[in-house]
Amino acid sequence: MRNIENYASEVQQELKERLDYDELMNCMRCGFCLPSCPTYTQTNKNEAASPRGRIALMKGVVDGVIEPDEDFEEQLNLCLGCRACEPVCPSGVKYGHLLEEARDVLEQKKKHKWPVKVMRHLVFEEFFPKKDRIRRLNNLLWLYQKSGVQKVVQKSKVLNVLPGNLANMESILPEIPAPKEMKNRPEHLDPFNVEAPKKRVAFFAGCLMDTMFMPTNDATVKLLQLAGCEVFIPPAQGCCGALHAHSGEKNGAKELAKQNIRAFEELDVDYIISNAGGCGAFLIDYDHLLKDDPEWYERAKAFVLKTKDISEVLVELDFHEKPLAVQPQVVTYQDSCHLRNVMRTSSAPRKLLKSIEGVTFKEMKDPDQCCGSAGVYNIVQQDMSMQILDSKMEKAKATQAQTIVTANPGCLLQMKLGIKREKMESNAKAVHIVDLLLEAYEGAASGEDNIREVAVTDS
Amino acid sequence: MLTSEVKKLLVQIVGQENYKDSNEMRLVYSYDATPTFQSLPDAVISPRNKEEIQKILQLCNEQQIPIVPRGSGTNLCAGTCPTQGGIVLLFTHMDKILEIDEENLTATVQPGVITLDLINAVEERGLFYPPDPSSMKISTIGGNINENSGGLRGLKYGVTRDYVLGLEAVLPNGNIIRTGGKLAKDVAGYDLTRLFVGSEGTLGVVTEVLLKLVPMPETKSTMLVLYEDIDAAARSVSKIISNRIIPTTLEFLDKPTLEVVEDFAKIGLPTHANAVLLIEQDGPPEIVSRDMEKIAMVCREEQALSVEMAATEEEADALRTARRSALSALARMKPTTILEDATVPRSKISEMVRAINEIAAKYDLNICTFGHAGDGNLHPTCLTDARNEEEMERVEHAFAEIFDKAIALGGTITGEHGVGEMKSPYLEWKLGKEGVEAMKAIKQAFDPNNIMNPGKMFAKDSRKRVLV
Repeated sequence: MRNIENYASEVQQELKERLDYDELMNCMRCGFCLPSCPTYTQTNKNEAASPRGRIALMKGVVDGVIEPDEDFEEQLNLCLGCRACEPVCPSGVKYGHLLEEARDVLEQKKKHKWPVKVMRHLVFEEFFPKKDRIRRLNNLLWLYQKSGVQKVVQKSKVLNVLPGNLANMESILPEIPAPKEMKNRPEHLDPFNVEAPKKRVAFFAGCLMDTMFMPTNDATVKLLQLAGCEVFIPPAQGCCGALHAHSGEKNGAKELAKQNIRAFEELDVDYIISNAGGCGAFLIDYDHLLKDDPEWYERAKAFVLKTKDISEVLVELDFHEKPLAVQPQVVTYQDSCHLRNVMRTSSAPRKLLKSIEGVTFKEMKDPDQCCGSAGVYNIVQQDMSMQILDSKMEKAKATQAQTIVTANPGCLLQMKLGIKREKMESNAKAVHIVDLLLEAYEGAASGEDNIREVAVTDS
Repeated sequence: MLTSEVKKLLVQIVGQENYKDSNEMRLVYSYDATPTFQSLPDAVISPRNKEEIQKILQLCNEQQIPIVPRGSGTNLCAGTCPTQGGIVLLFTHMDKILEIDEENLTATVQPGVITLDLINAVEERGLFYPPDPSSMKISTIGGNINENSGGLRGLKYGVTRDYVLGLEAVLPNGNIIRTGGKLAKDVAGYDLTRLFVGSEGTLGVVTEVLLKLVPMPETKSTMLVLYEDIDAAARSVSKIISNRIIPTTLEFLDKPTLEVVEDFAKIGLPTHANAVLLIEQDGPPEIVSRDMEKIAMVCREEQALSVEMAATEEEADALRTARRSALSALARMKPTTILEDATVPRSKISEMVRAINEIAAKYDLNICTFGHAGDGNLHPTCLTDARNEEEMERVEHAFAEIFDKAIALGGTITGEHGVGEMKSPYLEWKLGKEGVEAMKAIKQAFDPNNIMNPGKMFAKDSRKRVLV
C-alpha cells in the first residue's frame, strides 16, 4: 500500500516539475478540439478520452485534485498522439508536448517486471539506434519470406495463437529486400538531366524506411534527382527517435536527435528531406526536444528550419508539371497525421496526385482523421485501433478508390491491413505517394516512347 | 457523496456501463468552458431514454441529490459546472434526429444532437435552421435550448428561442410534460416552451425538442469592412440598422482580436486595421446585392478604410470560422480569458464600446472586444491570469462597471451566454428584487427541493451595486 502511495506522490511531484503549467492553463476548455479527436468520437463522446479531458486530467494531477491512478495512465495511453487537436485549437495549445512529457514521466517511474524491462532495453537501446541490428532483423525476415517458411507458417495458422492482430500484421509485411540489396547507399548523387542542380538537399533515410521499405527510399532519391536536386545521404544518420519519445524514452530520443543533427549540420544543403510523416514531424520538433540545452537548441533550430517533406519540395520544384501518367484509376489520399498536423503538409501531396494523368482523385470523408496506426498503437491498443481502422475503411471504400495513397510507413501498413480486413485485396491497393509518383513518371516516359515508336512506324 | 444504496439504485436504472464515479470521470465532468470554475460531481450518468431520466429524477428528488444536465460543456457562465456536487447527466445516448418534417417545416430531435449535425441534415433538404452559436460544431441542441444560445445569424433570424415550437421534459417530480406542437399558433395556457428555453437546467430535463425550420435563403453575400477608428465602426453598425437594413450578420472585431485570430487562422486578415466589421446578407439575389451596396455606402460615409466582398463561399466561410474562433484565440495571449456578453440597444453600441475602453484604461486591464455588434451584443474579453489575485480583483470591478453601464444604457448583463453561477450575483441588477422573486417563485413551483442545477441563476447573495 505504501508503495502505491509513494508511486502516486512521486509521479505527481515529477509531473508538477516537468509539465509546463502555462501550457496547461492555455487550454481554456472551449472544446473546439472535441470533434477532431478520434478516441472521443469512438467512445461515444467520452470527455475523458478527449484532448480537453486529458489536459484537464494532467492539470488535475498537477493541482492535486486527483491522483495519477490506473485510469489516468490508461487514458493517456489510449491517446493516439495523432495531434489532430492542435491545428483546430484556437488557443494554440501544444497538446503533443504535454502528452509526451507526461508519458515520459509515467514510463520513467514505472516499475516494469523484468521481462518487459529487458524487452524495452533491447528495442529502444539495442535495436533502433543501431542500424546493423535493424538490418540483421531485416535479413531474418527476408529469409523467413523467401525460404518458404512464411508460406508454411501462414498455412498452418500457427500464428493465430499470437495475441490479437499480430497474425494479420505479419501477413501485410512488405516484401523484404534481400541482404545483398541492402548495400550502403552512395553518399552523394547528382541530379538527372540538369546542368546545375536546382537545390542541394540531404535525405533523411530513417530506420525502417531504409530497410523494410527500401524501394520507397530508392524511389524518393530518384524523384529528388529527377526534380533537379543534388542529393546527399550522410551515413552517420540514424533513427529519428520518434518511437522512443512516444513510448516514454525521451533520453534515448535526445541522443538520436543529437546524432542526426551532427550528421546533417556540416552539409551545406537547402533542405533536409523526409518521406515519412511520422519521422519528419519528430525531426521538426528537435528544437523543442532539446530546449533545455542552449547550445543544442540552437543547432536543433537550424536543423528544423531545413526539414521538409518530399512532397513540399517536389511541388516547389514544379515536379507536378512534368509528364506523369498511370493507368486510369480512382485514387484517394489518407493523410499522415503527423505530416498534416505537425508538419502542416496537406495540400502538396494532393496537388501532386491530381497532376497525374489517369488519376481520378476522390477525397474520402474525414481524410484528416487518424487511421489508427499511430506508431505501435495498433499493437498495444488493438481494440481501439481496429475500431478506428474499420470506420476509416468505410470512408475509403465509399470513394471506390483502387489506390489508397499515404505518406508514412505506419499508415501504409495500416491501410494494407484495412484492405485485408475488408477483403478488398482484389480491387484495391495501398501505396506510398513516392512509389506512385515514380511509377507515374516512368509511365509517362515509356508512354512517350510508345508514341514516338508509333510515330516512327506511321511515317 | 452518494450512499451505496443510492448508487445501487442508479446502477439499476441505467446499467453499470452508464454509471461512472471514478476520480477520472468525476474530474473530466467538473468543468465547462467557464474560467475559474471547477467542482467535482459525485457521479456521471448517461441515461438511454426518458423513462430512465424519469426514474433518476424521482430518486434524486426523494434523496435531494443535485442534478446537472450537460450537453458538451461549452457554455460560458458555469452553467454546467456541478458546483454543489451531485449527478452530471449526459445525453450521449439520446443524440438522434428523429424526424425532419418537410410538410410542416419542423425537425424533431433528441437533446444530445450536435447543433451542426442538425444544421447539415436540414440543409441537405434545402431547409435552414438559423441559430449558429460559435460552438455549434461541438454544442448540443439540448444545451442550446437550456442556454437560449445566439450566434452570428441572430440579427436577422433571432436566437434559439425563436425556433423552438415544442418540448418534452421530465419534471423533478417525475411527471413528463409535452409543450407546444407543430403549430403556427397555439395559445393553450402558459407558454411553457418559452419558459424552458433559457432555463439553464433549473426547472427540469428536456428530453425531446420540436424545432422550426425555414426555407434555405437563395443566396448569401459576405463583406469585410476595415476601419481606422473603432468609433466609426460602431457608428456604422447603428447607421446600417437605422437605414432600415437588417443584415444576417453584423460582427465587430477590434485590432487585438484580429491579430490573434489571424495568428490562428492564417487567412490573411487585415491586422493593420483598428476595427473590422464582418457583414453578411442573404436572400433573393437582387435584394442581397441592393442591401450590400447600401451597406457599403454607409460604411464609406463613416470613413471605412476599405470595403471588400468575399469572392467565394470558401473565403466567406473562412471569415466566419475565423470569427467563431475569436474567444479561444484570445486565450493565446494570456493564461486566463474572462469574457462577458453585456448587451445594449443597437443605437447605443458606440457609446458602449467607448465605455468599455474607458473602463479598461481605468482599471489598467487588457480588454479586447469583439461580438455581435448588430445585436448590440458585445463580448469584452479580459486577458488576465487567474493566479494574479490582485489583477483578478480589478477584473471583477471592471466587469461590474461594464454591467452597470450596460444597464444604464437600457441593456442587460447577458445577451446570450446565460446567468449560470458566474453572473448570478448580478441578476438582481437587471431584474430588481421583485423580478428575481417572481422567478424564484417559478423555480419553487417546478422544483421545490431545488435539485435541478442548484446554485445557478439565483445567487445566495446579490452583489452590492456600487454606483459610479
